[in-house]
Amino acid sequence: MPEVLRAPLVVEFPFTRSLGPVQSAFLTGLRERVVLGVRTTDGRVLVPPVEYDPVTADELRDLVEVAPTGTVTTWAWNPHPRPGQPLATPFAWVLVRLDGADTSLLHVLDAPGPDSVRTGMRVRVRWAATRTGAITDIACFDPYGGAPAQPSGSTGEFADPVTGIVTPARLDYTYTPGRAQSAYLDALAEHRTVGERCPQCRKVYVPPRGACPTCGVATTEQVEVGPRGTVTTFCIVNIKARNLDIEVPYVYAHIALDGAGLALHGRIAGIPYDQVRMGLRVEPVWTEGARHPDHYRPTGEPDADYDTYRELL
Amino acid sequence: MSKEPVAVVGIGQTKHVAARRDVSIAGLVREAARRALDDAELTWADIDAVVIGKAPDFFEGVMMPELYLADALGAVGKPLLRVHTAGSVGGSTALVAAGLIAARVHGTVLTCAFEKQSESNAMWGLSLPIPFQQPLLAGAGGFFAPHVRAYMRRSGAPDTIGSLVAYKDRRNALKNPFAHLHEHDITLEKVQSSPMLWDPIRYSETCPSSDGACAMVLTDRAGAARAPRPPAWMHGGAMRSEPTLFAGKDAVSPRAGKDCAADVYRQARITDPRREIDAVEMYVPFSWYEPMWLENLGFADEGEGWKLTEAGVTELDGDLPVNMSGGVLSSNPIGASGMIRFAEAALQVRGQAGEHQVEGVRRALGHAYGGGSQFFAMWLVGAEPPST
Ligand SMILES: [Zn+2]
Repeated sequence: MPEVLRAPLVVEFPFTRSLGPVQSAFLTGLRERVVLGVRTTDGRVLVPPVEYDPVTADELRDLVEVAPTGTVTTWAWNPHPRPGQPLATPFAWVLVRLDGADTSLLHVLDAPGPDSVRTGMRVRVRWAATRTGAITDIACFDPYGGAPAQPSGSTGEFADPVTGIVTPARLDYTYTPGRAQSAYLDALAEHRTVGERCPQCRKVYVPPRGACPTCGVATTEQVEVGPRGTVTTFCIVNIKARNLDIEVPYVYAHIALDGAGLALHGRIAGIPYDQVRMGLRVEPVWTEGARHPDHYRPTGEPDADYDTYRELL
Repeated sequence: MSKEPVAVVGIGQTKHVAARRDVSIAGLVREAARRALDDAELTWADIDAVVIGKAPDFFEGVMMPELYLADALGAVGKPLLRVHTAGSVGGSTALVAAGLIAARVHGTVLTCAFEKQSESNAMWGLSLPIPFQQPLLAGAGGFFAPHVRAYMRRSGAPDTIGSLVAYKDRRNALKNPFAHLHEHDITLEKVQSSPMLWDPIRYSETCPSSDGACAMVLTDRAGAARAPRPPAWMHGGAMRSEPTLFAGKDAVSPRAGKDCAADVYRQARITDPRREIDAVEMYVPFSWYEPMWLENLGFADEGEGWKLTEAGVTELDGDLPVNMSGGVLSSNPIGASGMIRFAEAALQVRGQAGEHQVEGVRRALGHAYGGGSQFFAMWLVGAEPPST
């Protein structure tokens, strides 16, 4: 059996978020070195604040300033910080109940080692030197021996409030196309297109999936198809996609390779885009080092009769 | 034991717009939910369970909306479920909620669907850089355009049909205060001269990107008896799925869509949908999908759907109005779009649709589809309770 392929797949995108009134005030406050909570219907102060009461579902808008000092309610030592975490040196993850709050905020404590951390210890916010309106405006917490700090007297209203943030998301996968697709890709390297026939309905899947989705049985019998095929339908793409290095206009077509049970998708070139038609006979054009045909071009044969491909649109 | 009849007693939606920068996602969903409760004259405490739906996770990057939205939707201490079926999700979400009532698991259920396309990226979410695959296309328009061409070839439809649908839906939207696009100066000529994006699909024949949410309160017979306004009664509902691509797939008129409609009609005892259904809200993100779905849903024989559109049958004052609200072509918060179809069908039989109300609607169909024409969800609602 040929080697099964593997490759990294990184999915990464910066999502924007509108904050709404409560998160807007909270993050703007951090920028101004003020920690805001919100008062619930039953009078508790939640930090960080939420828009809706977790008990009554009431809309909450009564913002309350709390102190930048507080008490650790529980903690866990992190001996091996990872990239992107708040501190580069070993630290404690802590839940801190700030003075004036009824709930605890998740953050980190800069401490020399786990022996210097305990539940009940007093801590104080260390503000970041540059603040933008983000939870990282609190750089971390430091151990603190003084009296509870007093709130600054903020009203919770600020000039030039932060109304939106960007939250990058990134997922790292190892992708494997599996046994059937790996065999298909191996054959493509020799400029051959090899699908798999379903033992039950006899249809040839190109690319193969290792199973027939209609019959629900495994496919193993390899069948070479093409190289020629028929354009069964298509569209002319006139808008350029940012992530694609293809000049517009171009023709995106469904191509039924001779012997295949369904059409695959490819680009048609070697013919003016406005002369491409359903039934056009085409063949693949390979370029050096590419895994897939670069495009398909007309073979010069007469067009296929509609009835020969009407089930393959 | 027969099923409990399901009634729609509250409907809410937001004004759909390009960007709602003033609210968080929670604030947006909450707005629709609050309006649905107000319509039903109920409070959060009257709700037994909450069922929500949204667009695929990569679109907005919100992976677990049920965690994030529990307090905004008053779901603390109650069951909160999330449904996930790509673009049809708004429809299937409503059907899951309805199933909880029909099975007498709960008496009154709040169901919501939403999307902030302005904080999302559908094109990116649909075009992940999968290793070993050839990137050829980005977004949905290029994916669906070849199917439209296949329909034109199969039916012999004149190439102006798509523009007629877009012109109709955009005019209907002018009567719907919640619609995103309000193109007061729309003309047929403008639609027909708009740029070709994915030939044969023109710019004006495509849906916009919208921020919006929709919510409904569904309840049982006892709940309907207490409702302050006329309920819409569910007479049938069904979902069907099939793979995106398989040998023998009919992308123009998918088998899953036909089977789904047949199941709904069987439940509702409909034998001639063209005569027995008064109005339809169907998921038409590209205008040509109106004639395609008219055939798929059994309102016309194969190859004949475009003739209904051309003859004006689907106009607001036609014999079978389609997308009275302006449809997906006028508002498309993807995750909510299916539920908006269901809700608009219900508004019509309740007589609550306002300026886009069609006189005398007794039975209306709500339809949603998603993925590569692979998920279908539909319900048929009536002004009268179903006969049991
Ligand atoms: Zn098979």
